[in-house]
Amino acid sequence: MSDRFADVEAVRSGLSGVDYLADDGISSVVYLADRLGKPVLVEGPAGTGKTQLAKSVAEMLGARLIRLQCYEGLDESKALYEWNYKKQLLRIQSERDADWGTIEDDIFSEEFLLTRPLLEAITCEDPVVLLIDEVDRVEVETEALLLEILSDYQVSIPELGTITAKQIPLVFLTSNNTRELSEALKRRALYMHLDYPELEREREIVQTKVPDITANLADQVARIVRTVRNLDLRKAPSVSETLDWARTLVLLGVEHVDAETAIETANVLLKYRTDIEKATKEFASNDEAFTTPA
Amino acid sequence: MTDLVPSDAMADPLLDLMGGFIQQLRQAGLPVSLTENLDAMNAVREIPIGDRTSFKWALGSTLVKNHQHWPAFETVFEVYFSLRGAEYSLTDDDSDATDDDTSAEGDEQNEGGGQEQGGGGGDAMSNEDLAEMLYQALMREDQTLQRAVARQAVQRFAGMEPGRPVGGTYYLYRTLRNLDLDAVLERLLEADKQENGGQSKLDERLARDEYESRVEKMKSEIEAEIRRRLVADRGVEAMAKTLRKPLPEDLDFMHATRDEMESLRKAIYPLTRKLAIRLARKRRHKNKGGLDFRNTIRRSLSYGGVPAEPRFKHPRPAKPEIVVIADISGSVAAFARFTLHLVYAMSSQFSKVRAFVFIDGLDEVTKFFDGGDDITAAVHRVNTEADVVWVDGHSDYGHAFEVFEKNYMNAITPKTTVMILGDARNNYHAAQSWIIQEMKRNAKQVFWLNPEPGSYWDTGDSIVSEYGQYCDGLFEVRNLRQLETFIEAVL
Repeated sequence: MSDRFADVEAVRSGLSGVDYLADDGISSVVYLADRLGKPVLVEGPAGTGKTQLAKSVAEMLGARLIRLQCYEGLDESKALYEWNYKKQLLRIQSERDADWGTIEDDIFSEEFLLTRPLLEAITCEDPVVLLIDEVDRVEVETEALLLEILSDYQVSIPELGTITAKQIPLVFLTSNNTRELSEALKRRALYMHLDYPELEREREIVQTKVPDITANLADQVARIVRTVRNLDLRKAPSVSETLDWARTLVLLGVEHVDAETAIETANVLLKYRTDIEKATKEFASNDEAFTTPA
Repeated sequence: MTDLVPSDAMADPLLDLMGGFIQQLRQAGLPVSLTENLDAMNAVREIPIGDRTSFKWALGSTLVKNHQHWPAFETVFEVYFSLRGAEYSLTDDDSDATDDDTSAEGDEQNEGGGQEQGGGGGDAMSNEDLAEMLYQALMREDQTLQRAVARQAVQRFAGMEPGRPVGGTYYLYRTLRNLDLDAVLERLLEADKQENGGQSKLDERLARDEYESRVEKMKSEIEAEIRRRLVADRGVEAMAKTLRKPLPEDLDFMHATRDEMESLRKAIYPLTRKLAIRLARKRRHKNKGGLDFRNTIRRSLSYGGVPAEPRFKHPRPAKPEIVVIADISGSVAAFARFTLHLVYAMSSQFSKVRAFVFIDGLDEVTKFFDGGDDITAAVHRVNTEADVVWVDGHSDYGHAFEVFEKNYMNAITPKTTVMILGDARNNYHAAQSWIIQEMKRNAKQVFWLNPEPGSYWDTGDSIVSEYGQYCDGLFEVRNLRQLETFIEAVL
């Protein structure tokens, strides 16, 4: 529908220009989302860069990012629009003797409409990237609110009629998969699962985001994180935690991570006591599990 | 791209191709709707035909809306587009050779010795040479060499024969047995140690992980090679059929392999979270509390003092209590493992879960799951420490229930939901079903989940209906899909 990007490669290089390293999947899907004019549903574990993707795309395009944070109990008046009834009351009171018909026409006009993120996104004149964050937090019934805007880029307001988008925004929905989203929603979106990055890519991410790091240390960090993720943990370290850890190591002036350093700084990487204990056991030099072949 | 014109000449073969592909996906169990089908068609038109990766993602992102289904999609994709993809054109000169090979292999198979007449370039190579090549390929992480080795190895060891009705796993097994990747891994580690002498244990561990992942990649390379040849031999449709595996939600708990169990375990978590959220939501939305007078008045200010929008107090949340009673005897061993994972997942979501396990005796195991973040340890303790054997270690539901009735009946209150998991194969002992009736009288709900297929119920020593008549529901739960149905049905 629109041509923001020339080809898949343009997406990749554009994103890397704003320090977001996209793999084949990400760049292909973002490219398609633009071409087909469809929203992208990004699912995956916490801390793999789902929200960051939307932010980076916005930055790359120089577009405004409009964000709708979802939560339980989110409703129309918070997501789509609301009538500014206080202003409406004032309007009615100020012209007590005016004809009701004109007042009624008057108070249900755009002047009295408070736009919320979704309506804002489609009425905006400038380029927009719409981020609907953690959509799995709203109830199944509330999802229905999103459907009209996601498939037709329009919002129907009973008193006003249908407001259609001035331009089709790029839409990203993120989900931590705490519940299955409705079929209707999934059908309207392109689906992408963002998992923890491969070794190579994680190393590059570390190097991009922590510029002071040596190549050697970045490599070690990426490898250790991979090993840690393979353990049976309650919560595997996310990419942002990897970065925090890398920054910690740089601050401490570490050049080569040994078991001791790894154990001492494990609390940056892991957030549960049992996970830390497990990793410690795994890294401790004289541990059995270490020397026996798999 | 503008140079990609979806002209009629081009659209038609594409239409056929896509139609066939989607047919295959549907047969693999993936729910592909009509709109998704159309989206996929539009998507591939936007992608340059030669770009295989983007092509795959174009199909994946439009057709697969559940991450659990991705492996199934990948298999179908690899099979269906194996001969047409850009990847294969790289090995163009070889694909001719492959055809020769498959016919030549007729003579040479079974005797591992007669490789001379095979196609390809590495005929003069001995098995030792091949092993050395494999070692080098893995050491240097040389992908071209790895692929070449995979091709050679499959040609040499798999003993593939046209039209032979054997699955890919058999060939894979034969190839891997001859390559002995474990030994190669050890050799790699040894070499690594020599080279970087005096490494710390941590470095050694990291090196091991690195080489293990390379070996894994090698395995999948071999698998892909076998698949490519099978497709060439038997055609797409037949191959897609033989490679079809059940989707994770259709996996039978009773017959799951270790790997499958692992994937099930990962899938259980979201499910219990769903269970918890549903129960919580029910708590919140059902019967609102009384009128919140203060709040209503405050709200009314916005409407000029008219209490137009009454506010209600939040109801006091009733915490759901759950009692799980699970059979962990041999006959349901695989299911029991799953059950324990389920119990573990539930106890992290609900504050009041009491868990009991039994064979012919019964013991409470709640404490093993308490605070323990480590499921493996918890399961191990259940299996070793729980006192569940009374006489001979064969299931005796009647006696187990008696023990429950005597010691733990007070665990059941009107707020309790009881879930009993077992196949009700009682070895012809006394049923004591009155205890279930008693539970039903005290509890909010009693459910029985049976891992056996419905058609086996009440055959032999199964007396599930005897118990079932007193339960609020009796469910066949053999896979995640059914577990989900159960959750949706009861809550």
